[in-house]
Amino acid sequence: MIKIYPLVRNEVLKIWKKRRFIVIVLILAVLIPIFTYAQLRVALNVQKQMGTEDWRIVVQQQIQDYENRVGSPRMQEEWKRWYTVEIQRLQLHLDQNIDPNSPNGVTFTNQFVANSVGLFLPLLVLVIAADLVSGEHSAGTLKLLLTRPIKRWKILLSKYIALTIYVSITVLLLAIMSYLISGIVFGFNGWMQPVLTGFEVIGSDLNLNNINSIPQWQFLVMELGLAWFSSLVVACLAMMISVLVRSIAAGMGIMLATLIAGTILTNMVSSWENAKYFFMVNLQTVSYLSGSVPPIEGLTLSFSLINLSVWALLSIFVSFVVFMKRDILN
Amino acid sequence: MGLKEEIPVLSVKHLKKKIKKKWIINDISFDIYEGQIFGFLGPNGSGKTTTIRMLVDLISPTEGSIHVCGKNVQTEHDEALKHVGCIVENPELYTYLTGWENLEHFAAMLPNISQQRIQEVVEIVGMDQRIHDKVKTYSLGMRQRLGIAQALLGKPKLLILDEPTNGLDPQGIKELRIFIRNLAKEGLSLFISSHLLSEIQLMCDRVAIIRKGEVIAVGNVDELLEQSSSTVLWGVSPVEQGKKILQSFQSIELTQLDDFEFETVTSSNIVPTLMNVEDIPLVNEQMVKAGIQVTNIEVRKPSLEDMFLTLTEGERID
Repeated sequence: MIKIYPLVRNEVLKIWKKRRFIVIVLILAVLIPIFTYAQLRVALNVQKQMGTEDWRIVVQQQIQDYENRVGSPRMQEEWKRWYTVEIQRLQLHLDQNIDPNSPNGVTFTNQFVANSVGLFLPLLVLVIAADLVSGEHSAGTLKLLLTRPIKRWKILLSKYIALTIYVSITVLLLAIMSYLISGIVFGFNGWMQPVLTGFEVIGSDLNLNNINSIPQWQFLVMELGLAWFSSLVVACLAMMISVLVRSIAAGMGIMLATLIAGTILTNMVSSWENAKYFFMVNLQTVSYLSGSVPPIEGLTLSFSLINLSVWALLSIFVSFVVFMKRDILN
Repeated sequence: MGLKEEIPVLSVKHLKKKIKKKWIINDISFDIYEGQIFGFLGPNGSGKTTTIRMLVDLISPTEGSIHVCGKNVQTEHDEALKHVGCIVENPELYTYLTGWENLEHFAAMLPNISQQRIQEVVEIVGMDQRIHDKVKTYSLGMRQRLGIAQALLGKPKLLILDEPTNGLDPQGIKELRIFIRNLAKEGLSLFISSHLLSEIQLMCDRVAIIRKGEVIAVGNVDELLEQSSSTVLWGVSPVEQGKKILQSFQSIELTQLDDFEFETVTSSNIVPTLMNVEDIPLVNEQMVKAGIQVTNIEVRKPSLEDMFLTLTEGERID
């Protein structure tokens, strides 16, 4: 009878009025300049090492070097492919007159999103998601929510929708703020700069047969899509914990511990193959795009996406069943 | 309207609840009709709050059924709770929203509530002054009022208030009483739980007294009180002979006044008794015959509290 829209509006308003989103904006506004400064130091360092040499000459030398290697008969076939594409990429840099080693707003954003997806972005999501249900529980307002003439599943659904909205805005905001802030320092161009992608992981090796170069804006869109998906999965899991655990602090602790365990695991368990079924080692979906070798054998982009989807769906199922059945005793 | 046709606003039948292998609520039944104020009494831990939570579908009963205006609360959640406004325990509202925003929030969860209706309930509870302030700045009494405003938003047929006088000062309690009476006059039924009995006595038409999850008495306040005997204070002189005569009656029980009541008794030759008021002329006649001076016959109506204590005291012994 009651449409879902007013309920979603309620939830969106409550998150806003709790000033959670402002906290996220502040975190980003403080940290991105710090990262930008760090990146600037790196760039200056590189420049110092290069001396006063013209970057065009350096790149041309590099292209020359690669061409020689490709011509060499000892070269493996798949590496030939990699060098060929890399030559094309460097050539594009020369054509567009962009220094491949100097950072710009877009490369910075690309790197920042890629590095955020494993831990930083999930933490921002937690700021919003961790107390969506447990907060109402401990404040006692859950009793008022559940005694309205509205079925419980609708109330939970409206919370999920509001959460999705905020997670989407958070991911976008992270990209926009990092582009704007770093752009002030590194310049705002670089959208058309080429990036290599199309790596495939076979076993523990990278297959380079399908690599190609795409403009950076396209790479960024793909990256943001994956980061958004990972964040949504974290949001769903945080929501489940929020439904199951009434204490906000305990819920937050559980989620933090799990996420940090993920980063520890990726550094430790390269030989324990079954660890790949944990959701937290699958969150770094962006790294597949840029072709880094996965921490555990058997991890591929499609495996990670399916794995994360299964975790998310299971958590949604558990949340709804528990939320709809549970007696509200206090 | 025939008696047979009237559907109770709230009908509770054989309600039972088991939590962790323990029966918390053991067979509670009662009906509330239109315009009635129903008091739900019991000491702390007797199952009042658990029962209320079942009435509004926060807890599902193990056995038994609850109907609001003929709709089952469990199976027809939306239709039944449409008619119910409630405050369960404390009026916990969103402290980071203003009073008005809270009302808008809950109005969005009900069908067809206009801005005018929100304004109306604000005026009903007299909160126009502070309604646009954040709830965290409100006193408990104001939160209580906002809670009632929220409960009234959907023009409910049944209003459930859990310990509504908690945290109110005497003036606030008096206002609340008048307020509740007026609501009942307009045809609203009220279900009020409390452990403070003197208040309930002044407010309610009917009461149910529960103890350890069972109803031990249910009925009109007056009827219930009539069943229990009154305290009669006899002023006699000489006292000892007067006492003997009172003791000779089987139906009369000599009693003690508690400290609070004792202070109101000025004379030292007062003998307090528990007896049936109809026996007073007979006893008086005997006194006169025996040459005892009767200076005072004072009938003290029993309060719900006395009755409640006698009913629940038996419990503590076994």
